[in-house]
Amino acid sequence: MATAPALALAHPPPAPRWLHNPVLVLLLAVGAVVAGSAAFLSVAPNRLLSGQGLRLAQLQLGSTAGWAGWANVWPLTTVLLPTALLALAALLPQRRRGDALAALVAATLLAGLLALAGAQARQLAGGQGALTRVSLGAGFWCLATLAGLAASNALQRLRLGPVAHLLAQAALWLPVLLLLRSGALDALSLLQEFSNKQEVFGAACLRHGQIVLAALGPALLLGAPLGLAAARRPALARPVLALLGAVQTVPSIALFGLLIAPLAWAGSRWPGWGLQGIGLLPAAMALALYALLPIVHGVLAGLQQVPAAVLDAATGLGLSPRQRFYQVQLPLALPVWLSALRVTLVQTVGLAVVAALIGAGGLGALVFQGLASSALDLVLLGVLPVVALALALDNCLRALTRVASLAVRPDTQPAATP
Amino acid sequence: MISLQSVSKAYGAVRALDAVSLTLPRGQITALIGASGSGKSTLLRLINRLVLPDSGQVLLKGQDISSLAPEALRRHMGYVIQSGGLFPHWTVARNIGTVPRLLGWSAGQIDARVDELLALLGLAPSVYRQRHPHQLSGGQQQRVGVARALAARPEILLMDEPFGALDPLTRSALQAALLRIQHHSGQTVVLVTHDIDEALHLAHHVVLLGHGRLLQAGPPAQLLRQPASPAVADFLGNAHTGLRLLALQTVADRLRPGPAAGAAASSANSANTAISASLNLRDALSLALARQVDQLPVVDPHGRPLGMLHLADLLRPAP
Repeated sequence: MATAPALALAHPPPAPRWLHNPVLVLLLAVGAVVAGSAAFLSVAPNRLLSGQGLRLAQLQLGSTAGWAGWANVWPLTTVLLPTALLALAALLPQRRRGDALAALVAATLLAGLLALAGAQARQLAGGQGALTRVSLGAGFWCLATLAGLAASNALQRLRLGPVAHLLAQAALWLPVLLLLRSGALDALSLLQEFSNKQEVFGAACLRHGQIVLAALGPALLLGAPLGLAAARRPALARPVLALLGAVQTVPSIALFGLLIAPLAWAGSRWPGWGLQGIGLLPAAMALALYALLPIVHGVLAGLQQVPAAVLDAATGLGLSPRQRFYQVQLPLALPVWLSALRVTLVQTVGLAVVAALIGAGGLGALVFQGLASSALDLVLLGVLPVVALALALDNCLRALTRVASLAVRPDTQPAATP
Repeated sequence: MISLQSVSKAYGAVRALDAVSLTLPRGQITALIGASGSGKSTLLRLINRLVLPDSGQVLLKGQDISSLAPEALRRHMGYVIQSGGLFPHWTVARNIGTVPRLLGWSAGQIDARVDELLALLGLAPSVYRQRHPHQLSGGQQQRVGVARALAARPEILLMDEPFGALDPLTRSALQAALLRIQHHSGQTVVLVTHDIDEALHLAHHVVLLGHGRLLQAGPPAQLLRQPASPAVADFLGNAHTGLRLLALQTVADRLRPGPAAGAAASSANSANTAISASLNLRDALSLALARQVDQLPVVDPHGRPLGMLHLADLLRPAP
């Protein structure tokens, strides 16, 4: 079989011949344990009391009462059937077909888990008054994560081009988005929380984006020239990186706190400038300081991995410094630069949550409000968009990085592992 | 063509070049040799202003090159380095067309020149034009590196250990290509090497440097026969001088014309297989020793007998 050597290379410890995707089998095994032991849903009499866990086996299936009836029968098939198909996909001898099937089925499973949770919530909440809260349990989150991992593993193994890979990933999330829009999940406490906080949520998302942009803009404007200068003068590189590394070790809350005093003082000294110790400005400043290290480091690393012989040849053949930068250094450094940008973006999106502590708002405000009132759903409402945004940005920049690397080495295969 | 007047260059406390004055003959191959750290690469890089002298002048056709724009100067000098230094993100064709594009040639002119150079260096244009450097072997990369340096028909070709990283077969093939190309174009070639045999084989003019100073410059035979100092004799390898002198001459120089007695038609390397008149005398001597004979039949490239080579004739002074 022609694909056997490639498979052996991608997975160094040789798997048994009948086993074509050991990762998928491992995910399935973990999934089976989780499904049997962890609570899939949690039902609480009201928002404040803690709920009672329901494992998958404890769900009341097959009830045809009301609108949710069909969903209580069908999501079962969209959970059990995809799982069976996933097992089959791991054993399929046709590698590409097995991987394509696994990707599709894993995405279906993810949507199926959500639909099942939604239908159950509708059924459980319906009879017992509007106060009953049905929330997603640890079992659901584990299973959903495993399904997501299975889908991403299968997509990786398909080795699509960068753009096709990105589109396929987006397509796999489409059923989840459709479910959210359809109202089938509205009985879940998370969506009830969302409908209560809809306006606050929208504003928080917008604010989060503002914080990230306000931090990254200056960080890029400052970090890129600093990285370029450090590449030109190695004597500068060491102290700059040491300083930025030291900043990185300061805990984020401490850094926010440290900025309050000088900015508050500056605000009272020059009242007309809109400087203040809390709010967007110190948040953006602290996040920009954190972003500087990966940016400067990335710009430097990108330039340093351009072979010295290539630069020598470029100069020796008569390229001007400007031509050398744009025609040689930039395209060769670009994959590394985009990688650094990806790391910085994901880091900043995540850290911006903490900015809520000094009154900058954003999705972190929902998180801390939820923590303060022990409302887990509110915490999730803040965290989930952050995770989704970070994942989306990560994937988009990964695709861009691969496009840039392919421009340098056209026939390179994407790496088999993430 | 190129002359250096009392050029010095120091890197910190290390004197890379110390008051070197030198003229490189036009239309010839000049080899800069010396141990590592002798300043030979620095000297080469002074010529295209990759290195600026601390004192002294580098003159090109009588003009101080510090008065010329560095980019314009470099675009009229070919430049080849040891590891090829090809642009990894460009195709072979784009690499070769680098300088013509900088000089504003039309696309048609560049394409034609690229194909011409690929063919000249023994790479089929239709196969290699669209390849990327990482798809080529080391020898092929270096061929492309040489083609790129020749692209804009520079009067001067600077080569920094161009064949140093290649296997012996590839190296001698590229050396032969360089000799052929230089013979046709009449370019001035300046070549840095640490391989004495390469220098003696390729160069019309050898410049020997030691610790940043000029030790001796002249034709290869002159350095071998009349070393200016014990240091020169040591560097050229006292024990090998005789063989190296032989390597500078061909069988044709010592041939006794007449019938090639005993020349076998077969191409097998048997005791009486004829040798080519263009073979160098060191290799001919080696063959005679291996076959344990004192005479070798000599033929021309078409296999017609030219005469005999007698080992005793190798002891006569060079003609």
